[in-house]
Amino acid sequence: MKILEQLKRSFAITKKDLSIYYLKGSVIIQGLLIPGFVFISFIFRREMPIDSIIPGLLGMALFFTVSAITPVITPWETRMRTFERLVSSPIYLWTIILGDIVASVLFGLFVVSFIMLAGILLLGVEIISFPLILGTIVAAFCFSSLGTLISAPPADKPSDIMLIASLIKFPLIFISGVFVPITEMGKLKILSFFSPLTYYTDLARYSMQGISLLSPFVNILILFIFTILLFLFSLIWHHKSLDKRF
Amino acid sequence: MENIIEVKQLKKDFDGFDAVNNITFNVKKGEVFGLLGPNGAGKTTTIRMLIGILKPTQGEVFIKEYNVRKEPIKVKQIMGIVPEFADAYTDLSALRNLLLTGELYGIERKKSIQKAISLLKKFELYEKRHQKVKTFSKGMRQRLILAMALMNDAEILFLDEPTSGLDVESTRLIRQLIRKFNKDGVTIFLTTHNIEEADLLCDRVAIMNQGKIIAIDRPELLKNIMKKISSIEVAFKKDLKEEDLYFKGVEKVNKMGDKFRIFGEKTLEIILSLIKYSRKSENEIISLRMIEPSLEDIFVKLTNKNENP
Repeated sequence: MKILEQLKRSFAITKKDLSIYYLKGSVIIQGLLIPGFVFISFIFRREMPIDSIIPGLLGMALFFTVSAITPVITPWETRMRTFERLVSSPIYLWTIILGDIVASVLFGLFVVSFIMLAGILLLGVEIISFPLILGTIVAAFCFSSLGTLISAPPADKPSDIMLIASLIKFPLIFISGVFVPITEMGKLKILSFFSPLTYYTDLARYSMQGISLLSPFVNILILFIFTILLFLFSLIWHHKSLDKRF
Repeated sequence: MENIIEVKQLKKDFDGFDAVNNITFNVKKGEVFGLLGPNGAGKTTTIRMLIGILKPTQGEVFIKEYNVRKEPIKVKQIMGIVPEFADAYTDLSALRNLLLTGELYGIERKKSIQKAISLLKKFELYEKRHQKVKTFSKGMRQRLILAMALMNDAEILFLDEPTSGLDVESTRLIRQLIRKFNKDGVTIFLTTHNIEEADLLCDRVAIMNQGKIIAIDRPELLKNIMKKISSIEVAFKKDLKEEDLYFKGVEKVNKMGDKFRIFGEKTLEIILSLIKYSRKSENEIISLRMIEPSLEDIFVKLTNKNENP
């Protein structure tokens, strides 16, 4: 009952985040355009089959959109002095973090559904499968949890956190089989196993090309474990840094 | 009267610096209790520990029967909080901010809307309820933040410098409302660095300096201290020595540039003596004014008293 009440309050934070940070033309356009442009710049003149492009694009779009805003919400609200009011409310820290995560998950799924729709309608790629839908939802929670973990240092300047976010996010793109399949990565393959994006890209590749490193449900399970770990680390770090935020 | 807040040997250490150093006090149900002190005295750190958002290094806080450390949610559910410098969400309207607060306190939607509208009217913000908060003045924002703190029918209201930096009109309205809510049975805990505010609003005042509580009493105590350390600043046309101004009742004379600052309890008698002296010595008084003691003067006086009883 107490948890249910906290979940309701968490959803109030989700609604607040969506209306303040996400449902803005500029954010939606950025969410759609940035992954698209980055991807196009890498595949340009590379003569890749369309069904090997879409998994990478899907993975990158989900990763970028879901983890774009979550890292900056806490530092921004610390700076704007709304975070102090929020933690003074009868809610736990996990309630706030979960609210932030769900908002970015909803936003990410909205953006990714456009890419899936474009893949199906314009390119005729067969995308939709149960493992992919389930995996996309779990991966969205996973990438968003990574975003909240990045926001844990007690900074009140969103630009500081954006720098940390870029230092973490961009290298992950290159080691996760987004542009080059993991099987063709040589020695770097070991690194790819430390990135949750690897498992989502692998899952998407399986859904479209029928080839993958791991089975779809193993990929989903690993993504789920990553989600739990990232959420817990994020919660612990946020608790530790709370004193230093004020 | 029963205690609604009990603070026991509370301490907060920030990397070796004692922001709050072993303070103990109680607040009675239904009273307005003020924590008075200069900037950096430890007031905000204290209030943050009382409301459960900062972990004390040592000590315990009880609100009603709840231990703040062990049951923070139950405690926060019965309190309203106005943190210093806190802001509402500026991209949301005043009404949406209040409804969000209602949701965070688990208030039923219908009741929340009714309460929000009633508060918007009380705080003279009803006409602007759909406007984004970023268009509000500082006074309007502070009124909204106070309204947000009252959404849950709080039993205790924590106000950290509630009128700091506000215009006269907003200050007056907020003070009136604080009195009104206290009359309706809400216990109020406020911090301020303004003696007048403490005198106007508080039933009891704790004076805090350098992380310690120096004294706790009714505001009358403050007034008595103020009388004792009031002084007169005077300037004469012709030069004279400090010794010439030691009239009856004068405790101390300090020369400050071309002026003299004269300390003593019976200020009226001293002024008459000064006029008499001026006539007798044919030395015209160029300026004469009463100097109200600063908060710092009172702290120095109290700190000295505490250190040298």
